[in-house]
Parts: sequence; C-alpha cells; structure tokens
Amino acid sequence: MSTLELRYVWEWPVRLTHWINVISIVVLAVTGFYIGNPFVAVPDVNAYVMGWMRFLHFIFGYLFAISVVVRIIWMIFGNKYARFKAFAPWASVEGWKNMLGTFGYYTFVKRKPPFCVGHNALAVVAYSGIFVLFIIQILSGFALYGQFAPGSFWDNTLGSLLVVFGSQGLRLTHHLIMWLLIAFAIQHIYSGWMMAIKEKNGTMGSIFSGYKFIDTEDES
Amino acid sequence: MHDPEFNVEEGQIPEEILQKWEARGVSRRDFLKFCSVMTASLALPSTFMGKIAEAMEADNRPSVIWVEFQGCTGDTEAFLRSNQPTAAEIILDYLSIDYHETLMAAAGHQAEAAKQASMEKYKGKYIAIVEGSIPMAENGIYCTIAGDSALNIARKVCGNAAATIAVGTCSSYGGLPAADPNPTGAVSVSEAVPGVAVMNMPGCPLNTENLTAAIVHFLTFGRLPATDNFGRPKFAYGKRIHDNCERRSHFDAGQYAEKFGGAGHRQGWCLYKLGCKGPETYHNCPTVRYNESLSWPVQAGHGCIGCSEPQFWDSMTPFYKRLPQVPGFGVEATVDKVGLGLAAATAVAFGAHGIASALRKGDDDSKGKKED
Repeated sequence: MSTLELRYVWEWPVRLTHWINVISIVVLAVTGFYIGNPFVAVPDVNAYVMGWMRFLHFIFGYLFAISVVVRIIWMIFGNKYARFKAFAPWASVEGWKNMLGTFGYYTFVKRKPPFCVGHNALAVVAYSGIFVLFIIQILSGFALYGQFAPGSFWDNTLGSLLVVFGSQGLRLTHHLIMWLLIAFAIQHIYSGWMMAIKEKNGTMGSIFSGYKFIDTEDES
Repeated sequence: MHDPEFNVEEGQIPEEILQKWEARGVSRRDFLKFCSVMTASLALPSTFMGKIAEAMEADNRPSVIWVEFQGCTGDTEAFLRSNQPTAAEIILDYLSIDYHETLMAAAGHQAEAAKQASMEKYKGKYIAIVEGSIPMAENGIYCTIAGDSALNIARKVCGNAAATIAVGTCSSYGGLPAADPNPTGAVSVSEAVPGVAVMNMPGCPLNTENLTAAIVHFLTFGRLPATDNFGRPKFAYGKRIHDNCERRSHFDAGQYAEKFGGAGHRQGWCLYKLGCKGPETYHNCPTVRYNESLSWPVQAGHGCIGCSEPQFWDSMTPFYKRLPQVPGFGVEATVDKVGLGLAAATAVAFGAHGIASALRKGDDDSKGKKED
C-alpha cells in the first residue's frame, strides 16, 4: 500500500536564508547591472540615481553576505538535509549512485529519479558549486567596495585580493558570476518545477512551508 | 579655544631665509607658495611650513643620481617643463643632480666616472631616482648603458642609495615595456632589485608636484613618506581619482556622457560610460592636476586610463570600455554578451528539456514501478 506522509524537511533558517538570497540576488543583479552599465538616462541634475543604486547594492550585499554566512553555520546545526554531509554526495557510495541516477533521469536514460527526501545528489553538487560562487562574489564585492576607503576594514582584510587579481580582474569576475547565477536561477526554477510535477511530492511548495510529501513505500 | 601646542611662530618662515632665496632669484612670494604647496601636498599642518623652509636651507644639498632605462624620458620631461619659478625649479636648484643622462653636460667615460665618484663619495646618502623598466630577458641585453646592463646598474645605484624612488609607471610596475607579450622581460625596480626599499611614484608621466613633495619630505624628516600596499606614497596615491573627481556629482546623479562630442559630453557629464578608469585608479590628479595645475585628463573631457595602476596597459584596456574583455572569447566579446549567451543557452537547454520531459512516457508512478 502506498501512503503519503507529510514530513518536515526544510527548517525555518533554511527557508528564511533561501528567500533572503532570492530577494538579494534579484536586487543585487539589477542594481549591479546598472552600476556596471547605467541604462537609465537622467536629465535632472538633482537626481541621485547612481547614488541610490549603489546604496541598495551595498545594503543588499551586506544582507546577502550575512544570509550566506548564517546558512553555512546552519550546515553545522541543521537537520540531516541541511548539514555539510548532505552537500558532499561524492564522499559516499550511496551519493554516487544517487548522482548517477539523477543524471540518468535528466538525460532520459532512466524513467524515474532516485528516491530522496531532501535534495537529490546532483542538485547538491550544483549547490556546493553555488556556495563557492557566493563566497567568491561576496569576497570580490567587499574587496571592490573597500576601494573607496584605503585603510578601512574591508581594505585591510580583502585589499590583498586587489593586489593579487587586480581590481579590473575582480570586477570582471564579479560581473561574470552574476551571469552564472542568473543561469543557475533558470536551471534551479526549472528543476524544482519539473521535480514537483514528476515526483508529485510538493517540491515547489516545500520551500515555502518546509513540508514535503513522502511516499512511504518509496522510502522502504 | 586655545591650543597650547599650536604656535603661530612655527608656521612662519624666517626673514633671512626668504632674503637668501630672493638673492638666488626666487621671489618671496614664489618661495612662500612653494613651501605652502609642499606642506599641503604632504597633508601636513601649516605649522610645518617653517620646518620645510629650514630643511631647504640646511647645508646638505643631497646628491641625486637619476638613471633611465626602458623609458621614454617622459618623467624627465615632466620634471623639467616649467615656465615659471615652480616647485620643480626650486628643488632642481637645491639638489645636486650628479648624474642624469638627459641633463648632464658630461658624456661618455667622463659621465660614468662622475657617477662612480658621487656613488662612492655619497655612499648611503644620495637619492637614487630610476626612470623606465628593467629588462630581465637574455641577461638584460635589451638595455645596456656604457657596456653594463640596466640590471647591474640598478643593483649598484639603488643598492648604495639612502633612498630609491621609482618615477613613472615603467619603473614602478614595468609599464608599457612590460605589457603583454613583454618581449624584453621588463620588470619594475622593486622586482629587479628585491633587497632594496623602493618607493613607487607611478603615473605616465608622474606628477612633478608629487616627486618634489616626496623629496621635500625626505629632506625635512630624513625618510621617505609612508607607503601603501603597492609601495606608493599615501599622500599622493591614498585616494581614488573617482572620489575627488570634479564630475563626481554627475556620476551620483546618473548623468553620463554617451559619446565624445555628444550632448552629455558637451555638458561635462561623467565619463564613466566612455570607459573612465577613475573608479579604480589611485592618484591625486583631480586635486593637484598637471602642467602647473592647469588641467588633467578628466577636466579636458577624456576619461582616466588608469596610467598609474599596475599593468595598466593590460588590465585597464579597452580604455573606452568599463570592463576588460573576457579571456578566450575573441577581441570584441564583452562580459555581458558572454553572460547573456550563457543565460540564453541555459534557458533554451532547459526549455527543450521541459518539452521532452512533458512528452516522456512512464510518468505514471504505477507504470514506472512495474517497469523497474
């Protein structure tokens, strides 16, 4: 007999940081794109468009950085779906099986994705990569931010990045990663939507409520 | 409020010093201007004016050995181009420039002998100024003077100096000769002579006011001014051009010149979209300016090209665009074209995947399980 069980998968810090990340990435991408290439023509001398764009970019930069740090700390305290271990499927045989299974499903080789309650193994590989991109983005962002005040906290802590990679190199990296994150967002929404339809387990709803529908027969 | 430390007398220049300079052909007004400009450039309180005047008076005319390697003599030109009694002229009168290929009357063996003599006589006391980069490829054969390589000369001259100042971007960071593909293996003075403490004064050319202020600092305090991560004196390179720029208000407002000669450009709007590198360049150009404070690139309507930043010819190009090219994507690919392509390709790939998934068989749970 197949029965559905409602299971609490995503705890509130996971959901909260997820949505803060979503909002900050959208704001940061729009303001960041404007800062890189101001696309609004302003005829009024009393305007402060670039000023506000930069202000928003810095505020949301801080918000995003704090959110990412909190999420990484939660990898220590969270449940088994949120921990460090869940983000390294390559460390276990089961993880590899799950990864290949999911890959097989995406490439139309397999008909069903492997069963999983939290993230599938292929998704967490992507998320591990995304966390690396987040960290590079935060470090390069604050290093560039520190340029306005030599001797400030950010200049003292991250100024060496400007020496090693050059400020223009960091700018290019910061800009490129924005595009990688946009590409990731497209894939992320698509995959979530597809899994929600195919697995019928409420994947899309789970990031709002925290609950997923688990087929107990699948789990056994 | 009365500050007991503050003493008006300290800021004043003794009458006899002013008279001495007048006798040398520098008017009181010019000498006062010189002392106040130097004090302000070094960000010292005005009470230091008297100290600076005294330092210029002390009977210790320092010997200067100015060597030039792979450079265009632009820094020398900048130093000499003065049409009225200026900072540079006063300091030139005061210093004893014992060797300078462009300036000295002596030539050949005579000149080399003079250099050798003053290096020995003032060992550990003279100021070494280096202009131009130093080639390291093929044992430095790309630049030799009097049969000796630039590298050997730099080792000798800088190694025995009290202080070494690298003037211009070439000697500070390698500059144009070090730009990709760098056929001569050109490097900066600090890379070529690692053991020696070098102060970098980049700029293409360097700003004479800054060099003069650095020398005055050395004469007044017996050491070179404090430097930053890149070995540059903080008084001159401590702030971004962008943060002191006269067009900054247009940047904050969001008003940008879209093309040279366009409406925004004619109104003096911000040159950011024309590729200005002011936001990543550290120099005091907006406040000190060039050619006796007449003008500087941004004032003249051209964006900053970041000439005083490391590897500017490679890292700040294209000069008329904000960001460098993406490596490996051809000359004309901008990061936004590459990024948009990437995002579009992702969207197309997953869109196709979505259509294929919608059509795939075996979605039904029971069916799928039976087949497994």
